[in-house]
Amino acid sequence: MANPVDRVAQATPPTIARRVRGLSDRAIAWIFVAPTIFLLLAINIFPLIWTIKLSFTNFKANRIGREVKDVGLRNYERILTDSDIWLNMQATAHFLFWTICLQVLIGFTLAWLINRKFKGNDLWTTIIVLPMMLSPAVVGNFWKFLYQPQIGLFNYIVTFFTGAKASSFEMLGQVNLAPWSIVIVDTWMWTPFVMLICLAGLRSIPDYIYEAAEIDRASKIRQFFTITIPMVLPFLMLAVLFRGIENFKMFDLVVQLTGGGPGSTTELTSINLKREAFEKWRTGYASAYAIILFVTVFGLASIYVKALNKVKER
Amino acid sequence: MKRFFSDLVRFRRGAWEMVASILIGVGVVMLMQPFAMWAFTWSFVVTLTGTVMFIVVSHFPA
Repeated sequence: MANPVDRVAQATPPTIARRVRGLSDRAIAWIFVAPTIFLLLAINIFPLIWTIKLSFTNFKANRIGREVKDVGLRNYERILTDSDIWLNMQATAHFLFWTICLQVLIGFTLAWLINRKFKGNDLWTTIIVLPMMLSPAVVGNFWKFLYQPQIGLFNYIVTFFTGAKASSFEMLGQVNLAPWSIVIVDTWMWTPFVMLICLAGLRSIPDYIYEAAEIDRASKIRQFFTITIPMVLPFLMLAVLFRGIENFKMFDLVVQLTGGGPGSTTELTSINLKREAFEKWRTGYASAYAIILFVTVFGLASIYVKALNKVKER
Repeated sequence: MKRFFSDLVRFRRGAWEMVASILIGVGVVMLMQPFAMWAFTWSFVVTLTGTVMFIVVSHFPA
């Protein structure tokens, strides 16, 4: 029986076969790659170039017929001298720093505990991973109920441990607590993701390395710091990269929970950007804002990927 | 340190990538710090310089 390649060759009409035979390998490779390159250009590169162009204009997407003027660097100047945007950046930095610290710490600890063989190991993994599978909109609404000062479970748990009156504080309504409320929910939702990546790292360490360390009479703490941590580090860095980029553009969860309030204490840059672009319709201004965020994330991701490659080479 | 400067003069990738990375890091800190408005204002220029430099110098010989 003929193999599939021969069958396809036989089934190809002679005119097409002659034409294909006339093409070089390089040309055939280009034909296969061309659709992907076209999609990449249409979906990623063209919008990026268009956004850069719009960022130098006063274009408003809700007034298509209006004359578009070139404003030079004025949009950038206005964004970078706006104290409200500066506050939004600080709110984003607070959110980013604490979510990543907590997720890495708790995620790694959970992975380390799950990696120890015990009864019901798989069941616990499934239970821990559940929050990650939910939609951010569902999680936002769900935690809104939990944070209710009168009927919410969260306040009652805090009351149980601290003795403070359940209705004496409001996680989503108080200026000092609202930034922490979004940190708690994001940590609850995305720690399992970090845990899974760390678990993959822990399971990739061969047992013989620990056995050799045992023979050399290395203590458990020494083994942890000289074998476990260095070998899991590339995985941890990858998790930080993914979570860092995701949280820098965090939108849905925070909108559901606080809508950026109270005041603008939890108004992250992405929420502010959406307001400028689709509520105030200042498209040119919002494009400049988006480019500033893009350059920041791109720069950070570049050095991070470089560092990750260095750690992997080691 | 001496080697670092010699690599800079000879346009070697490692040293220049280090400079670009420092610029990006400083730019991001300037963007998100809560202390000085002028640092926030100049943060984008610093980050952009670092990012463009990083893209260019990653093509330098190792």
